Amino acid sequence: MAASSSSSGGLSLQLYQWLDERFKLDTVIEYMKGKVVPVHSHSLFYYFGGISLFLFIVQVLTGILLLMYYRPGADSAFESVRFIISNVSFGWLIRSLHSWSANLMVFAVFIHMFSVYFTSAYRKPRELTWLSGMALLGLTMAFGFSGYLLPWNELAFFATRVGTGVAGVMPGLGEQVLIIMRGGEEVTGATIGRFFALHVAILPGITVLVLSAHLLFLQRQGMSEPLDWANKPESDKRYQKFFPNFLLRDLLVWLIVLNILAVLAVLFPDGIGAVHWPLGAKADPFAPPPAVIRPEWYFMFTFQALKMLPAHVWLIEGELFGIGVFTIGGLIWALVPYLNRKSAKGQPSKLFTAFGVFVLTFVIVMTALGYILE
Amino acid sequence: MKNIRLLLLLLVVLTASAALTTAQINNCLTCHQDFEDEETGPSHLIVRDIHIQKGLGCADCHGGDPSLEDMDEVRESRDWRGVPSHLEVPDFCSRCHGSASYMHEHNPSLPTDQLAKYRTSIHGQRLFSNKDTKMANCISCHGTHQIGSARTPHSTTHPLNLAQTCANCHADAEHMADYDIPTDQFEKYRQSVHGKALLERKDLGAPVCNDCHGNHGAAPPGVASLSFVCGNCHAIEAELFNASPHRTAFEENDFPMCETCHSNHLIEQPFDKMLGAAEPALCINCHAEDDGTRGLATAAAMSQAVEKLATAYDEARTSLEDVIARGMMTTDEEFRLKEVQQLLVATRRQTHAVAADTVDSIAEAGYRKANEVRTNSAALVDEYYFRRKGLGLATLFITVLVVALWVYIRRIEK
Repeated sequence: MAASSSSSGGLSLQLYQWLDERFKLDTVIEYMKGKVVPVHSHSLFYYFGGISLFLFIVQVLTGILLLMYYRPGADSAFESVRFIISNVSFGWLIRSLHSWSANLMVFAVFIHMFSVYFTSAYRKPRELTWLSGMALLGLTMAFGFSGYLLPWNELAFFATRVGTGVAGVMPGLGEQVLIIMRGGEEVTGATIGRFFALHVAILPGITVLVLSAHLLFLQRQGMSEPLDWANKPESDKRYQKFFPNFLLRDLLVWLIVLNILAVLAVLFPDGIGAVHWPLGAKADPFAPPPAVIRPEWYFMFTFQALKMLPAHVWLIEGELFGIGVFTIGGLIWALVPYLNRKSAKGQPSKLFTAFGVFVLTFVIVMTALGYILE
Repeated sequence: MKNIRLLLLLLVVLTASAALTTAQINNCLTCHQDFEDEETGPSHLIVRDIHIQKGLGCADCHGGDPSLEDMDEVRESRDWRGVPSHLEVPDFCSRCHGSASYMHEHNPSLPTDQLAKYRTSIHGQRLFSNKDTKMANCISCHGTHQIGSARTPHSTTHPLNLAQTCANCHADAEHMADYDIPTDQFEKYRQSVHGKALLERKDLGAPVCNDCHGNHGAAPPGVASLSFVCGNCHAIEAELFNASPHRTAFEENDFPMCETCHSNHLIEQPFDKMLGAAEPALCINCHAEDDGTRGLATAAAMSQAVEKLATAYDEARTSLEDVIARGMMTTDEEFRLKEVQQLLVATRRQTHAVAADTVDSIAEAGYRKANEVRTNSAALVDEYYFRRKGLGLATLFITVLVVALWVYIRRIEK
């Protein structure tokens, strides 16, 4: 037994030495050993970036498996998804894992973003980390939007028609954008082709690049420390080693998330409550729209806000006004590292905290109203 | 100069408007609305009348000059026809409704043979030949001043109102006392499968009086024509029946075709026990063990095949419902169960051909499919438990890993 352990240990060591000789692994490990992560009352939020990354990996793996059977097209998409969940061994589980991990990923990304915002972790020198994170949020939402149509069922069809229709409201290029998105004036099989290419090739490609940059920035700059640590004596600050302590804790959280994901995917393969994706009936462009058309929960706040706007606000069309406000709000949110001068000096800003609270309240209230009033 | 031109133009417009207003004067309404009751007066009711909505006026039916103000002058004016008697009404309406060229201008889709058909109906024959004014004429069914298209819900001839319209006379025992026909048709119809579909479920596809009896040419369907009447909707059943040995037997015995088994106004939802060799089967009403035919044996064989499939269908449905309640994907099995249901319908329908072999072969196909549904449902239930066991094991494994990792982290942090 001991001989066997030592021989397997010897093999690992040999492999490590073989790799170290070529890639200088010692340097990387020494660098990682030198890294530390601050320990404080909000340390829990450090894990949400890792959770988002883990769920993205699950997305990629399950997405690749779904790709083996999924066939894009108005005549085949719905049928292939039905085939996956009813005939392919564990197909139902793969689709369920893909859908649940997508929703959990969006949720984790939102928590990650708000935690970074409220702890002012975006401040100098982490402006680019914040901006790349914002880009990743946009990409995550785009993944969700493009993936929603792919089963080509009734609800997805009408929700995509409404969603892409919003783009058409934009002045000037709106109509052209709508035609490019839909591959024509209406949502058809051509739209599936575009959304499919976007979902499985374009968005993953861009995401890998932006995500690599985001992780690189993080590795170079380390975790942000809380604002009030600037005036704290060094002796009161607590740290833990990134390697192996934080990395092992990260792994622990990933396992817990995997457990939650497995339970949800098996017990609720079609989702539950507001987070559900039953296959239902095949999309029929000539059928009357269902009584309730709603987007996925993470688009609900924009959908509800646009719905509640009057036909005209002053002289501007209501929907256009709403899109304008969301665009300006999004820009302010993205540029907050440059706008919040106080945070750059290590001081808290009541104004930006209030803005964050307003945005968070708005998102929660509008999402809740979206489900209550439907 | 410009102002003068504008003034002239205004003058022309005003003059033209005044002339048009004069041309459209309808003094009938001006006077009649003054003294008629708002609820029941024709001049008030007429706003919902299709003739008025199509641009016709009082004078188009009653004649006279509507621009005159004095009633005596109106009576002496051109084409005065006044109020027609009960006997005159059919010809009165047919002045326009019998004219293809006139109707073409107002409603080309409406036929113009109503009067000709009416003359062939029991109503028309007795009205014109016997001068029996208790017979229904046009206004008895269509009303007088609130006539609507049969497609409009307020119309007395709309499918949802038609049975009541017929019942106004046919369910009135006093009105029908002179004629030797029952007055319970409406009550029976209301309880029938057709009446419930139309009057309770508002299914406009269900037949009402005129679908079997005709409307303007209303008459009871004859014994020989009954299968054609029912066959308008139940085409396959009629075809099977006409090819069956029953067809000749019914004709020879003067039995009405469908009515003999299904009744007429009180047609109930057919049930499987109607068929067979014992009570409550209807077959024993005509057939007996020693009647020299294979009637009862065939009925028993067909009944057995139908019952076997119906039971198999119920069991398959129950097993599938159990799977659905567990949240499993059952699309394929639901399709298969629908096929079983269709085969059950086809089996029941095939009994009209009175050929036990054919009934049995269709039922057997359905039975096999029902068995597939039951087997697959059982497999899905097994799969359900397999998933739960798999989840339990996976969760346990991951939990052990989590605990082990946590212990390891605590150890290295110490």
